Amino acid sequence: MPKRIPVVEKILSANDRIAQENRARLDEAGVFSINLMASPGAGKTSLIEHTVQRLARQFRLAAIDGDIATSIDADRAAAAGATAIQINTGGQCHLDAVMLRDALKQLDLIEFDLLLVENVGNLVCPADFELGTHKNVLIASIPEGDDKPYKYPGMYKDVDALIVNKIDLLPYIAFDMDYFRRGVELLNPGLVTFPISCRTTEGLDEWLDWIKTNARP
Amino acid sequence: MHELAITQQILGIALKHGQSVKAKKITDLYLVIGQLSSVVDDSVQFYWDMISEGTICQGAKLHFDRIPASLECRHCGEIYTLEDGTLTPCPRCDSINVNVITGKEFRLESLEVEE
Ligand SMILES: Nc1nc2c(ncn2[C@@H]2O[C@H](COP(=O)(O)OP(=O)(O)O)[C@@H](O)[C@H]2O)c(=O)[nH]1
Ligand SMILES: [Mg+2]
Ligand SMILES: [Zn+2]
Repeated sequence: MPKRIPVVEKILSANDRIAQENRARLDEAGVFSINLMASPGAGKTSLIEHTVQRLARQFRLAAIDGDIATSIDADRAAAAGATAIQINTGGQCHLDAVMLRDALKQLDLIEFDLLLVENVGNLVCPADFELGTHKNVLIASIPEGDDKPYKYPGMYKDVDALIVNKIDLLPYIAFDMDYFRRGVELLNPGLVTFPISCRTTEGLDEWLDWIKTNARP
Repeated sequence: MHELAITQQILGIALKHGQSVKAKKITDLYLVIGQLSSVVDDSVQFYWDMISEGTICQGAKLHFDRIPASLECRHCGEIYTLEDGTLTPCPRCDSINVNVITGKEFRLESLEVEE
């Protein structure tokens, strides 16, 4: 006789469990951690470089860079002054909690105050996989267009902060900031937003202040 | 996309629960997936047929219950759904101060088993 049995289990519960373990390890070591998500080319690595350079005197910094292949991004973060670890996902479109756990094992966490995680460039998949970081931050950039909140609601809905990068390009690109912000407001009312340019460094101070008020060196 | 990773998770959860009731066979899986979750049904079914082979889940049918995205207006209290997943302001008062209440579900609700 066929029989129906209830399950009611979140499909990604295994990932979420490991994310909680990651968080516990980071908390125990006193490391404040940020997961940076964005499409390819939005400026994740550029932002990490600036953040590391500007905060290196106050914070002991580590960067973990997720990419499908190569260690280019980790090399850039290391050149900027962070202890950097590269994760190659071997084709996978996002980082998950297991990958972060393995990368954390390579760091002596007690030696750090701030961890920046660069997720794989993708506006869909990383949103589904909690890593256990304290904050999830999305970087949008002007050349991507003003319709992205409407097209990628899953990504905009749950992040803790939004960076709008490449504002130096606003004079050259048709980007309706009101339309963009309306979409963001719809999904994530009151989301803290930092318009910045990694090229001119405009707006970076506000972003760095946000980190400083959230992390404790 | 990460449908293979997701399908492996579904198989793992189904086997765990199937074994706990000593099922001979799992014939049906009922999944609840919100409209705002980025999962392609066909692709999950494709991987499912591949990876369930040789397990008690082989040949099991996947049922997808798609939950539409619904929003609640904080201004006037109106509750409305998004027809095609495109975001729209409150249809009653045009406010954009709204709260997403459903659409992010992503779980295995139940199984049908033969004991
Ligand atoms: N004009 C301009 N270009 C930028 C800005 N930030 C980053 N870029 C450029 O955008 C490209 C991609 O940046 P990168 O940090 O590698 O992006 P990632 O793929 O998200 O890590 C590089 O050529 C950067 O020099 C910016 O604020 N303005
Ligand atoms: Mg990069
Ligand atoms: Zn309303």
